[in-house]
Amino acid sequence: MTAPERKRVLPPLVRRVFFALAAFAVVVLLTLVTDEFTNLRIATIGYYLIAVAGLTLLTGLTGQVSLGHGAFMFIGAYTVALLVNKVPSFPLWADLLLASAAGGLAGLLAGAAAARLRGPYLAGATLALAVGLPALTRRFPDFLGGSNGLSFTVHSRPSAVVGAVPELRWQTWIVWLSVLIALVLVVNIVRGRLGRDFRAVRDDEVAASLSGIAVGRTKILAFLVSAVCGGLAGGLQAFLLGTAAPGSFTPALSLSLLAAVVLGGLGSLWGALWGAVALVYFQAWSEDLADVLHLNTDVANNLPLAVYGVILIVVVLAFPRGIQGGFHRLRGLLRRPAEKKENHENH
Amino acid sequence: MQDFFDLTLGGISAGAVYAALGLALVIIYRATRVVNFAQPALALISTYLAYSVTKATGSYWLGFAVAIVAGTVLGVATERLLIRPLRHRSELSSIIVTLGLLLVLQAIAGMIWSNEPLAFPYAFDFRGRFSANDLFVVLVVLAIAALVLVVFKYTPLGLRMRAAAFAPDVARILGVRVGLMLTAGWGMAAAVGSLAGLLATPPFLFPNVLDGVFVYALTAAVLGGLDNPLGTIAGGFVLGVGLSYVSGYFGPEMVTIAALAILVIVLSVRPSGLFGRAKARRV
Repeated sequence: MTAPERKRVLPPLVRRVFFALAAFAVVVLLTLVTDEFTNLRIATIGYYLIAVAGLTLLTGLTGQVSLGHGAFMFIGAYTVALLVNKVPSFPLWADLLLASAAGGLAGLLAGAAAARLRGPYLAGATLALAVGLPALTRRFPDFLGGSNGLSFTVHSRPSAVVGAVPELRWQTWIVWLSVLIALVLVVNIVRGRLGRDFRAVRDDEVAASLSGIAVGRTKILAFLVSAVCGGLAGGLQAFLLGTAAPGSFTPALSLSLLAAVVLGGLGSLWGALWGAVALVYFQAWSEDLADVLHLNTDVANNLPLAVYGVILIVVVLAFPRGIQGGFHRLRGLLRRPAEKKENHENH
Repeated sequence: MQDFFDLTLGGISAGAVYAALGLALVIIYRATRVVNFAQPALALISTYLAYSVTKATGSYWLGFAVAIVAGTVLGVATERLLIRPLRHRSELSSIIVTLGLLLVLQAIAGMIWSNEPLAFPYAFDFRGRFSANDLFVVLVVLAIAALVLVVFKYTPLGLRMRAAAFAPDVARILGVRVGLMLTAGWGMAAAVGSLAGLLATPPFLFPNVLDGVFVYALTAAVLGGLDNPLGTIAGGFVLGVGLSYVSGYFGPEMVTIAALAILVIVLSVRPSGLFGRAKARRV
């Protein structure tokens, strides 16, 4: 943010688009050299990344705690499932766009309510959202498929690539392409005026409103952007797995998203990446560990949740700035000797 | 009309449980300004212990007693080990830490006792309209609530606890052991919470059994003002009856959504709860 002027050769938006293209190239390369199993994990990291980034913006930047972000993923996933089943003529990008919009609409409503709530009140209300929303599937079993949910098939590969690219690899690319487009927009918001407003509201609401920021509107906007990310993440998850079922959107999902935000480092979008990677790999490692140690299924099934819980506690008690904070300190330590040397030479 | 009458009675006994768990939240919130999101998990572990003890000894009441004691110990340990180090940190820190504890304890319960539902007994006969068990639930909760209020209002311990919560610095100068009082508050709250867990759990016990109950308890506490034990108990009963109508007329799946709607509507009109007093915020 306070980078010296000479470093800014390109306008920020162009720089970010280039960066996203580079990131996409890295993802494509990674999927080409890894097996199908790892492809799926890379794709999973992708949709978690955008969900965690959205929650980072909300909780880290504006200080609003949401324990219900799984609910926005739920909405996105069911939007895609319903669209594919009922309106098969829609192209995939329209489905995903509508999933984001549906998430955003829910976020707007939640945000309007949340603008008046703070701290524990907001946490309680969003927790109720996470507990209550998936139950709707049992209320409308014909429409939403009851507790089995909806399944469907998306044929997203253009006929030209069907022979050349396996289904899962193609899906991974779609997921990451969508996520990177969304991330460019999110980064622009965070680094722009709106992002400054977000932080001002978090740090001191009274001061923010005195300096002309509409506090309520800013909080609702944060909810909106964050829920759009959640809706997109849910839509991508449904696209990838071909199902939307209430069992995937438990309160535990919402809490593990928060765990990812906290672990990555509250308020840092890079932290969202580490958090998303951690979500996927803690799950994977605990499965491997259960296999190696022959743990029984009860222990194995609950291991990831236990890990997320321990992460939340240990990070808050011992490393409040998360992984990204650790990198920051590391970089500071590495840079200091170099700077000293430079200063020495100048004198 | 028969339906309406039955739903009202059913709502009263459900509301008693919400009131009790809500009371547990309020006791802690008053003392430490922390909403204990781990409360349902503390109650869950004690209820599982009750299950194991009852299964091993055949005595429901021995299990009951063990659960209350275990709950108290868990509450005390939570305050000492996790909450005290966060004394001077932001609200967010304590929310996240108690959520972490919630996840860990639910996972541990699943590891030890499996995620499958286990049959958990009622204290008394539960058949019929307003059964013996319903009566027991309502009476126990009213008795506990009365006891808590008497302790707070009329005993030296209660006076010290209130002093420690409202003016810790002054209380310390006057010789109150503030830390001890906060710990006592957590122990007391967790005991009440475990009681609520025992009453709310039957017929089946599984790691997420108290999730819904906790949402309603939190709603009851917020309706009551989070700071106000009497309001919370009233809020619990009102909510129990209201949600019972929702469940009866619109379907049980709508109950959590209805609780959310009530929460949002009430807080939009009165941001510090129906019975809470508005507090001026520092500029």
